[in-house]
Amino acid sequence: MRNIHSSHALGRTILAALTSLAMLTGLAGCADGLAGQQVTGPTVRIGIKFDQPGLSVKDGSTYSGFDVDVAEYVADKLGFSKRQIQWVQAASSQRETLLANGQVDFIVGSYSIDAARKKVVDFAGPYFVAGQDLLVRKSEKSITGPQDLDGRKLCTASGSTSAQVIKNNFSSNVQVMELSGYAECVTALESGTVDAVSTDDIILAALAAAKGDNDLRVVGKPFTKETYGIGVRKGSVELKRKINEALQQMISSGTWKKDLTAATKGTGYTPNPAWNPPATMNAQNSDHDVSHFLKTAKSSTSSASSSASASSSSSQSSSKKGE
Amino acid sequence: MDFVGLLTHYDVVGAFWVNIQLTLWSALFSTILGVILVLMRISPVGSLRGFATGFVRFFQNMPLTILMVFLLLGAFVQLRLQFSSDFTTNFYWLAITGLSLYTSTYVCESLRSGINTVPIGQAEAARSLGFGFFQSAFLIILPQALRGAIAPLGNTLIALMKNTTVAAAAAVASETSSLMNTMIEANADQILTIFLIFAIGWVILIIPVGLLTTYLSNHLAVRR
Repeated sequence: MRNIHSSHALGRTILAALTSLAMLTGLAGCADGLAGQQVTGPTVRIGIKFDQPGLSVKDGSTYSGFDVDVAEYVADKLGFSKRQIQWVQAASSQRETLLANGQVDFIVGSYSIDAARKKVVDFAGPYFVAGQDLLVRKSEKSITGPQDLDGRKLCTASGSTSAQVIKNNFSSNVQVMELSGYAECVTALESGTVDAVSTDDIILAALAAAKGDNDLRVVGKPFTKETYGIGVRKGSVELKRKINEALQQMISSGTWKKDLTAATKGTGYTPNPAWNPPATMNAQNSDHDVSHFLKTAKSSTSSASSSASASSSSSQSSSKKGE
Repeated sequence: MDFVGLLTHYDVVGAFWVNIQLTLWSALFSTILGVILVLMRISPVGSLRGFATGFVRFFQNMPLTILMVFLLLGAFVQLRLQFSSDFTTNFYWLAITGLSLYTSTYVCESLRSGINTVPIGQAEAARSLGFGFFQSAFLIILPQALRGAIAPLGNTLIALMKNTTVAAAAAVASETSSLMNTMIEANADQILTIFLIFAIGWVILIIPVGLLTTYLSNHLAVRR
């Protein structure tokens, strides 16, 4: 709470405490009310991840990526300029706690909406729908999907559920290496220590592009549906409504598409058109139920993958196998 | 998912068992290495003393996480040093290597503090009876030193047990702190319950070690 305003006389501590309370419950209203009173102006604290290529990357003191663009757009609509944003690192396992304690006002951090999380936080959005996919070496021909990983070596970031999805639904004998981040996984992939890296497709595409030497490729057949939402504190109905409005505006004004194109520039990544941009801000749950998923994916990818003739035949056989 | 659901759906006991196994293996190897180091440190050979001092200073002052990450990304991924082509076995032994290197320095220093409690007359008496270095070390000095070093050795063991959670940095994914993160990731509404499960589990595991250490250090100490 003490971070909301930069400096105060002692007598204003109570006011600061009250305003910070107000900010947690009704953010935008507070901004209007305080703008005239405070010299430094109010700030908004947004939780993001610092190490997700394509989504949010901290480089020195600058932040870039699609999550950052979305966060800045939403903050702008709530009445906060870029200079009034305080970025807070929100690691996966800390996101719910940060929101519950009021250490951040909202979180835009590849935050997949799911039923368990909805019990403790509220979600605005979804603002983007990704899918879990695989990143392999370009010379690797024998891995065409998660079902080919039995006995092979896979790298994921520790604490993520990506490896579990593959183990439980596709290849139970996959060998898993959990490293602290995906950049380390890519190093292991290039050195041949592992055969594949798995997480959401948009991150994989950015990882492959960041390497620059063009010897990695994304398999291109996502096998889960991850709906990214903006997490707000449980019960923040008003804030959630305002964020949803901002997101809808971002999509309808074309800023969403422009920012996404810019963030994935040079990666060759196109988001699944059946899911993106999300049509309604209904906080739809992510979908890890693969059998159900493959049916919908088959119909939606049949048109999208027609250009990739080399892989289309294998894609069909693999989706049949999944059913 | 409730408390019982969490315990049945996830192998919490198995995760603690991994930490216990890591503790036992690391305790064994760090004791062996620690005794060798302390022998070098009290030996009459200057170069051995110097090497052991350098070794202890280096590994004692390096954060364990950094050592683990080096073993994983440096020794394994870059230099291709591996114990086994099977990932689970390999990471398991990489973690034991890191824990043993790190803990052996504390074992060495604990033993050395014990050696300082042995009066110099003991060593002089051994020498005057014609004992060589190893004879006086293993028959006279170390047995007394060990009895005086029970408390610091017990603390080192407790620290080692807790440090086994750092094995996550060496990609050991089945131990408790990794399982805790996985459980939180999938059950965000149960963070407190999950935390309590692991906190209480660790307390139950470590308190007996502390009690035993206190008991032994009281009963085995050489009264002078």
